[in-house]
Amino acid sequence: MIVANKNKIKDMADNLSESGAGRSLWKDARIRFMQNKAATISLFILLAIVSFSFIGPYFAVWSYEQIDWNAMGSAARVGMPSIESGHFFGTDDLGRDLYSRVIQGTQISLMVGVLGASVAVIVGTLYGATSGYLGGKTDQIMMRIVDILMSIPYMFVLILLLVVFGRSIGMLFIGIGLLSWLDMSRIVRGQTLNLKNMEFIEAAKVTGVSDFKIITRHIVPNLLGIVAVYATLLVPGIILAESFISFLGLGVQEPSTSWGALIKEGAGTISYETEWQLLFPLAFFVVSLFCFYFIGDGLRDALDPKDR
Amino acid sequence: MSNQTILEVENLTVNFDVSSEGDMPWTKAKKLQAVNDISFSLSAGETLGVVGESGCGKSTLARAIVKMVPAESGKVVWLGNDLLGLSHSEARQYRKQIQMIFQDPLASLNPRMNIGEIIAEPLRTHYPKTPESDVKARVRDVMHKVGLLDNLVNRYPHEFSGGQCQRIGIARALILKPKLIICDEPVSALDVSIQAQVVNLLMDLQEEMDLALIFIAHDLSVVKHISTKIMVLYLGNMVELANSNDIYQSPSHPYTQALISAVPIPDPNVEKNKELILIEGDLPSPINPPSGCVFRTRCQKAQDICSQQKPEYKEVATSHSVACHFND
Repeated sequence: MIVANKNKIKDMADNLSESGAGRSLWKDARIRFMQNKAATISLFILLAIVSFSFIGPYFAVWSYEQIDWNAMGSAARVGMPSIESGHFFGTDDLGRDLYSRVIQGTQISLMVGVLGASVAVIVGTLYGATSGYLGGKTDQIMMRIVDILMSIPYMFVLILLLVVFGRSIGMLFIGIGLLSWLDMSRIVRGQTLNLKNMEFIEAAKVTGVSDFKIITRHIVPNLLGIVAVYATLLVPGIILAESFISFLGLGVQEPSTSWGALIKEGAGTISYETEWQLLFPLAFFVVSLFCFYFIGDGLRDALDPKDR
Repeated sequence: MSNQTILEVENLTVNFDVSSEGDMPWTKAKKLQAVNDISFSLSAGETLGVVGESGCGKSTLARAIVKMVPAESGKVVWLGNDLLGLSHSEARQYRKQIQMIFQDPLASLNPRMNIGEIIAEPLRTHYPKTPESDVKARVRDVMHKVGLLDNLVNRYPHEFSGGQCQRIGIARALILKPKLIICDEPVSALDVSIQAQVVNLLMDLQEEMDLALIFIAHDLSVVKHISTKIMVLYLGNMVELANSNDIYQSPSHPYTQALISAVPIPDPNVEKNKELILIEGDLPSPINPPSGCVFRTRCQKAQDICSQQKPEYKEVATSHSVACHFND
């Protein structure tokens, strides 16, 4: 009996002496995020939408540029959503399958949002962290450049770019990417100013760690919390901007489409009793934006410095 | 213990530019004298205690020695080389010999790195080619030295107490086997029992590794416990420098006398009958320091000569120098 207990105690001691993995701040944040129901559900819905946009095409009967001549011009009578005709979401006025077009639009809109936000995050974080960390004159010059770029009206430049250089997805990326990192760099710079006087930065400097390593190893990881929150809020902002541009008729080019372009077409034909042309893209649009905002909110709560 | 002098500081002066609000960009900034004309030397295995009230330049002195703040003039001679004259990259090889421990134990550790990474960082910085297994072994070794269990390597700083965090900071400072550790108020954020542990740990390590320490504190009893030499600073100026025992038994400068009389004695009878020297007034502004002796505005012995002449450092006994007109 006593021997058995001794063994047990020895086992326990062995277990204790194993180097257990510590709980990093990220792990803590993930646990807090999972406790936020709205954010977790939003994350699942968003993942469902994303996977739908990749799996969906395999179930489509019509491709997004194929015209159903039966439905052309008589969408209100023939092109309604139905399973028999293969137009699950109905057709548009030209007889094109809305199911395939919504999938195509979802892919384009999400890609624009996510890629645009990543460009903004990478450029903005490095720019802001460098500016804040170096300080002094460098900081002044770098931030004045941001001021100047910020004072240019964003939509105006974007519209001009698209008009002058022609409508293309590439141009849209350049236009959005060029200007959306500005806010990011401001936020990051402010946070860096806070961080750079912390003692662990000083400790690294005394040790002789190079400036570049200090920025990448010590400053940026500590900024990621705020960056993650801002990025999730930036994605819907960029999707909105793209949709607005597309709504004006300047965004993606036919036969490609995006949520904004689809909503524009749907809104234009609403008086012909083809309300599905508006409602399907709009539903995807609204639900996705809600999800992004809820996730951003959840992340902010999870990474809130007050809880640390 | 060897008696080789490793660090010599000669006439070190640090000024900061201070521009007051409403100044035009072309207005010349005022100079704030943070550290003024300080000289001392330190041998291996010795501890220099630096004491003084807040804002007297203790931390600035420490930061000037490791070139974290630029010095106005003077020399910091480390093993025969003047560090202040070296460029950033040349100074790098000396960085591994001088390490620092900070006041706030938690703030001095990067919250996103685990303990193993934090302690290994100086090693990875100066010897990037060290194989991973060696790094691990060195980290484990140094953790044992400071009294931490090596199964904690994967934990993060927020999972530790203040005393443990300070041990981690000490481990990080020790991993390169430095010759000098500058401790910037390493115990003032800890409670008393932990203070004793950390101070004793430092003393044990000092003996074991023949370390020199510069120990900054405002708690005189802690400084007395650990130091071989004590320097008293007032408004950026050194007022007295002596061996630890001398300064406690025969303080010569009126400021030192007042400081030492203020140390509480843990015996109510002695404490009750103790004569307390009170210093009146506030610390004068370092932007506009008093003429002559900086302490004269609050000194009981102050006379005319104090405002006219700056007192020289005089040796009143062997290795006991004082800056006061009334000591011979």
